[in-house]
Amino acid sequence: MFVLATIAVFAAMLLVLYRLYAGPTLYDRVLAVNAFGTHTVLLIGIMGFLSGRPEFLDIALLYALINFVGTIAILKFFRYRAIGDVLHASAEDEGET
Amino acid sequence: MAEMLIAGIVWVLIVSGAFFTVIGAIGIVRFPDFWSRLHAASVSDSAGMILLLAGMCVFAGWSLITVKLIVIGVVLFITGPTSTHAVANAALVSGLRPPEGKGLTGTEPEPLPDPAAETTPI
Amino acid sequence: MRTIGAFVFLIALWLLLSGIYKPMIIGFGAASVLVALLVVRRMDGVDEDRVDQQLDAVASIKYFFWLMAEIAKANWNVTKVILAPRMPIRQHLFAVPHSQKTDLAQVVFANSITLTPGTITVETESDGFLVHAVAYSTDDRAALADMNRRVAAIERGGSA
Repeated sequence: MFVLATIAVFAAMLLVLYRLYAGPTLYDRVLAVNAFGTHTVLLIGIMGFLSGRPEFLDIALLYALINFVGTIAILKFFRYRAIGDVLHASAEDEGET
Repeated sequence: MAEMLIAGIVWVLIVSGAFFTVIGAIGIVRFPDFWSRLHAASVSDSAGMILLLAGMCVFAGWSLITVKLIVIGVVLFITGPTSTHAVANAALVSGLRPPEGKGLTGTEPEPLPDPAAETTPI
Repeated sequence: MRTIGAFVFLIALWLLLSGIYKPMIIGFGAASVLVALLVVRRMDGVDEDRVDQQLDAVASIKYFFWLMAEIAKANWNVTKVILAPRMPIRQHLFAVPHSQKTDLAQVVFANSITLTPGTITVETESDGFLVHAVAYSTDDRAALADMNRRVAAIERGGSA
C-alpha cells in the first residue's frame, strides 16, 4: 500500500517535472515547482512510513515551510526584481496583493 | 476485527490520496493553458494531500507522529491555496489573461500600474 | 497577556515536535522560545500589524466540515474534467462580492475559494474578489454566494 503510494507520488512528480521542462511561460514553471514541492513533502512522509522511520516527518514539515517561502520569493523577485525591501510607494501596493 | 477495519480505512485513504495526486499531475500535463493548469494543481494540493495525510494519521494511531502529521496538514492547508493565489495574481499582474469560454466575457481587472516602472529597489 | 499566550503555545509546539524530554533539550527549547518572543516584541515596534481572534470557534469547526464536503465534491468534478477525453473547459473570470467585515474572515473566504478545486481567487480588492473558474456554470455564482454567507456567519457577532 505504501509502496503503491510511493510509486504514484513518484509518477506524479515525473509528470510535474515534464511541465517544469516544457511549460511555455514562467508562471507554468513556478506552478510546477510549487506542485513538485508539495509532492516532495508527501513523498518524504510516505517514505518515512515505508522504511519504518517516521522521524522523516520533521524534514517534511521543514520542506513544506521552505517550499512556501521559496515560491513567494521567486514570485516577488520576478515582480519587483528585488527580494529585499522595496521603496515606500510600492509597499502599499504590496500589502494589497 | 478493529485492526482489520483500521487497515481497511488506511488502505482506502492512502490509495485514493495517491489516485488524486496522480490525477492532479496528469491535469497539469494535459490542460492546454496556464489558467486551467492552476486548477489541476489544486486537486493534488487539496484532495491528494488531505487524504494521504489522513491515511498516515490513522495508520500511526495516537502518538507524537500524529501531531506532526496534523501540523504538516495545517501548514499545507494554509500555504497551499496562498501560493496558488500568489502565482495566479502574479500572472494576472504580468498581463496574462485567461481565454474565456464560449459566450462569456470576463471581468477586466482594474488597470494595474506596471510594477517595474513605479518601484525602485533599495 | 499576548506574550504569555505565545509563550505557552510555542513551548507546547516544542514539546510536541521534539518528543525528547531531557532537561538539557527542554532547556534549549525554553531558550529558543525566549529568543523568538524577543524578536516578536521587537517586531511589534516596527509595525502594529496584529490579527485579533475574531472567529467563533464552534461555528468555525462546523464550517470546516462543510468545507471538507465541498472540497470532496469539487475535486470529483475537476477529476471528471481532467479525465474526459475532450476536456470540457469553459474558463471564466468573474467578480464575487464578499460581505465579511474583518480581514481574517476575508482571508478565510478567499482561501476557501482557492482550496475548492475549480475556482481560484485571482485578485483581492476591497469591494470584491476576482475569481477564475475552469468549468464555469451559472451555479457557480450561487455556490460562492452561499459560501460567502457561511463565512460571514463564523465571524464573531455575525448573523448566524
